[in-house]
Amino acid sequence: MTDTILLGTRKGTVMIDRRGAGWRPRPILHAGVPVCYAARDPRDGTLWAALDHGHWGPKLSRSRDGGKTWDDISSLKYPEGARHIAQVLPTPDFDPEAPAGTPEYANATVYKIWHLAFGGPDQPGRLYAGTIPGGLFVSDDGGGTWELNRPLWNHESRGGDLFAGDATSENQWGGTPASIDYGVFEPGIHSIIVDPRDPNHLHVAVSSAGVLESTDGGKTWAGRNRGMLMDYLPNPEADWGHDPHFVTQCPGQPDHLWQQNHCGVFYSDDGAQSWKKVSDPNTGVNFGFPVAVDEQDGRTAWVVPGRSDAQRMTIDGGLFVARTEDGGQSWQALRNGLPQENAHDIVLRHALDVSGDCLCFGSTTGNAYLSEDRGETWQCLGNNFPPIYSVRLG
Amino acid sequence: MPTIKMTSHLYRFFPQLQDRTLAAPPGSVSEVLHAINEQAPGFTDYVLDERGVVRRHVKLCINDTIVIDRKTLADQVEDGDTLFIFQALSGG
Repeated sequence: MTDTILLGTRKGTVMIDRRGAGWRPRPILHAGVPVCYAARDPRDGTLWAALDHGHWGPKLSRSRDGGKTWDDISSLKYPEGARHIAQVLPTPDFDPEAPAGTPEYANATVYKIWHLAFGGPDQPGRLYAGTIPGGLFVSDDGGGTWELNRPLWNHESRGGDLFAGDATSENQWGGTPASIDYGVFEPGIHSIIVDPRDPNHLHVAVSSAGVLESTDGGKTWAGRNRGMLMDYLPNPEADWGHDPHFVTQCPGQPDHLWQQNHCGVFYSDDGAQSWKKVSDPNTGVNFGFPVAVDEQDGRTAWVVPGRSDAQRMTIDGGLFVARTEDGGQSWQALRNGLPQENAHDIVLRHALDVSGDCLCFGSTTGNAYLSEDRGETWQCLGNNFPPIYSVRLG
Repeated sequence: MPTIKMTSHLYRFFPQLQDRTLAAPPGSVSEVLHAINEQAPGFTDYVLDERGVVRRHVKLCINDTIVIDRKTLADQVEDGDTLFIFQALSGG
C-alpha cells in the first residue's frame, strides 16, 4: 500500500504522508528550488530529486534518511569532448531555400536532469539519468559518479560519433522546447525503462526523436518506432521525428508498453517492436503528456487528456482521467471528484503515477488529486501547490 | 589580496563561506574562483558549467566592471580588487 507521495514542483519537493484515513503534506523540501522530478529508489528507499536551479545549474539531491536531510551532488557532467549538433533556430535572414550547409556543433553542458530510473535488484547502486541535451547517464555507485552512455550519444540517428569525429552529421533528433519555464531547443531524454525481467533490456524515449531499445545493457541501440504516426511531418511514418511525451511499461507484463505522444496515445503489446494508435478523440483521448499502466494488466492504462497542441489545457473546462481496460479499444472518462467547471489544468509527463489501485496526479495549476479505487473516485490533496512537474507514489 | 563578495544565495549551499572575509591570491578570474573552490569544494559547479563557462544567469564583476569574457575567464583580479558574484534574478 502506498503511504507516501512525492511531488516535484516549481518551488521544491513535497512529501505527502498517509495519516490514518487522510493525507498530509510535510513542510516543503528544497524550498524555492524548481524540482523537475522526484522519486524513491524502491531497492533501498533512497529519495532523489532533480533540481533545476535557475542560476546554479542542474543538480541531483539525495536523501538516505527518508527526506530529513539531503545532499546535493553535482557529479553528473558531460565529459570532455562530448559535443552535439546544435539546433539552428530560424533567424530573420533564414532562407529555407538555402539552409546552412554545415552543421553547427556545440559542447554539451547539462541543461536539465529530466528523468531518473533505477537498475535491477541485482544491480546495487545502478542508476540512470536522462538529460537535456539528450544524454543517458549511468551510475553504479549510487550517484557518486556518472558516465555518459556513449553508444546512445553517438548513435547514427543523431549524427554519429561526435567524440571521435567519425560522424555522418545527419541528425534525426529534433529539439524540444519542453522545459520548466523556458525553451531548451535540444532533444531530451524523459523516459527510461528498465525491464524487470532483464536489467540489460532498456528502452528510452526522446522528445522529437522517438523510442530506442537496447538489449545489451546500453552497448547498442535501435529505434523502435514502427507503427508510429506523426501529424506534423510530410512522411507520418518516418523512422525518426516522433514526439513521445512519456513512455511506460507494465511491470507484470513487460511486453506491454504505452506512450502518450504529441500525436495521440500509442500502445505496444510486443515490447515496442510495433505500436498502434489507440486514441479516441470522441472521449477526448488524443493529446496529453502522462500515461500510467496497471502494474499487472498491460491492457489497462490511464491518461489525462488535454486539448490539442495549440491549446494545452483541459477539454471544455472539465478535468478528467481516461482509462482503458482493453488495450485502448475503448476509453472511459473518469470525472467523479474532479472539477468539471473552470478547470484549466494541464498535467505534465511525469505527473501521473499508479501503484496498485492508487493513482495520483498533479497539475501545473498546483492541484493534486488522488484515487484509491483505480480512478473511479478522486479526492483533492490540495489546490495551492506550486506548479507540479512530477508525481511518484511509494 | 583580492576580496571576493557573493550573493547570499550561495551561502545556502556553502555555509562555510558565510560571515567571512573571502580572499584569494591575485590571478585570473578563473584562478580566483578555483581558489574559492579549495575552501568550499563544489563551489565552481554552481558558478561555472562543466566547460568552465560562467552559467547563463550568473554575472561576475571586477570592482565596477562586468567580466565580458565568460568562457576563458582570463581577466586579471589584482591586489585590492574585489570580485563580485551575482545571480540575475527574474520572474517568480
